Amino acid sequence: MIGYYKHAPFSLFLRILVSLAIAITVCTLGFLILYILVKGIPFLKPSLFSLTYTSENVSFLPSILNTVIIVFGSLLVAGPLGICAAIYTAEYARRGNKIVGLVRITTETLSGIPSIIYGLFGMLFFVTFLHLGYSLVSGILTISIMILPLVMRTTEEALRSVPDSYREGSYGLGAGKLRTVLSVILPSAVPGILAGVILAVGRVVGETAALVYTAGTVADFPKGIFSSGRTLSVHMYELSREGFHTGEAYATSVILILVILLINWISNKFAKKIGKT
Amino acid sequence: MKFKLSSPFKERAASTIFLVSALASILFVALICVFLFANGVPAILKIGFTDFLFGTEWAPTDEPAIYGIFPMILGSLYVTLGALAIGVSVGLLSAIFLARFCSERLHRVLKPAVELLAGIPSVIYGFFGLVIIVPFVRQHLGGSGFSIFTASILLGIMILPTVISVSEAALRAVPNSYYEGSLALGATHERSVFFTVLPAATSGIVAGIILGFGRAIGETMAVILVAGNQARMPDGIFEGVRTLTANIVLEMGYATDLHREALIATGVVLFSFILTINLLFSILKKRVVK
Repeated sequence: MIGYYKHAPFSLFLRILVSLAIAITVCTLGFLILYILVKGIPFLKPSLFSLTYTSENVSFLPSILNTVIIVFGSLLVAGPLGICAAIYTAEYARRGNKIVGLVRITTETLSGIPSIIYGLFGMLFFVTFLHLGYSLVSGILTISIMILPLVMRTTEEALRSVPDSYREGSYGLGAGKLRTVLSVILPSAVPGILAGVILAVGRVVGETAALVYTAGTVADFPKGIFSSGRTLSVHMYELSREGFHTGEAYATSVILILVILLINWISNKFAKKIGKT
Repeated sequence: MKFKLSSPFKERAASTIFLVSALASILFVALICVFLFANGVPAILKIGFTDFLFGTEWAPTDEPAIYGIFPMILGSLYVTLGALAIGVSVGLLSAIFLARFCSERLHRVLKPAVELLAGIPSVIYGFFGLVIIVPFVRQHLGGSGFSIFTASILLGIMILPTVISVSEAALRAVPNSYYEGSLALGATHERSVFFTVLPAATSGIVAGIILGFGRAIGETMAVILVAGNQARMPDGIFEGVRTLTANIVLEMGYATDLHREALIATGVVLFSFILTINLLFSILKKRVVK
């Protein structure tokens, strides 16, 4: 190896440069995760899991419940909508269809919009215009629009990766279009769709800017879907901004990091499954 | 088992449902545009287009209130450019490593790590910046630590996955014959990658940089926690600064009337930036596909 570079010092320099860059990238990630886990785990006290929230114990149990509600709510809205939309663009639309072109441009636009703009829109439309107020349902609807492009894109990719022989086989047995899509193509695309949906869950769990002015920042248990509630990420933001509860902020970030690690791991599992078939 | 053809009615109903779902994204983009512009543009006209965009003072609680967002526009641009300087240099070199310098086995470990970097919530990055980067800058470089410099480093880290994955895809799309041709002419592996493969992937890489720019300028929570948020003209990279995004989140909670509208108008300005960036990105991407 050294011999190879003896007469090419510049090449050696380039190799060192790229190795250094990837080392910085990976070390930053490793340092961030380890630092938060090591510093944060000692702060995971039972008082953080208290059933009632006070400004003393800053229990994050209510925030966890709110997060779960918002995750399931937004999947309930964006899941079916995104999957149906992807079925249209992947299975029904003909090549060069003008509508599909427009849909593609608008989905790309949606995925490029920063979450704060979604937050503003949610505040103007759901909170004010539709009079839903600062509530979990406003948050759910706002977040649903935000994750829609992600669900659509991954579902479309999963549908397209189903071999055409499946479709031909199904038609050959006399099944119609709808039956082919629902009972042959969709089931074989499930791992890919799940990988995308789980990634979407990750986005929702980590979201802050789109929720502060839609779902609000009330730190207590919600009384229903129309009452305000902060998710774990919003809770985390409030804690770090106030600066009074650094220990609790560390503990909250441990939970968030663990959830994100788990989500990424599961999503990768599903994604690998597609690679195999 | 009994096979039954679904009725033509059912088929038609289903295809209509799928079509309508597909149209939803068009509806949402239209709604977002209409609601943002309808609520923001009147404020811009009331304050005056140039006074709003190029006014150097933001004092919404003064009598009379002054709404000039030029400090925030500059703040966003400085922080974003700083982030690009860090994110693109490290990200592009990392992408070159992933595309051309690592074994299949190493790639299977590194790629998920980069994806994980993209999955970490921005509030965690913000917190990390607050407890690590801010104190570091305060101790070693002076100032309060809440500064353009700190925010640039943090955002630079945050856009790494975007820059890496788009650039890596662009590098992989370059035909292998370019690389082989260069090797055959006697160039080393490194020179071949840097001077034949890299130039051929330029437009894809630029697309990645533009996407990173969009991510950085739209980032909110992480920046608020480390940038200091002073609404005045930025002077010096170790001084605090407020971005467009921070301006919206910090004051929306208590703003009323024209102040509130001015914040929505801030969102409109940001949104216009983003739309322009998206347009540039899709033009470049089309060129790559060709």
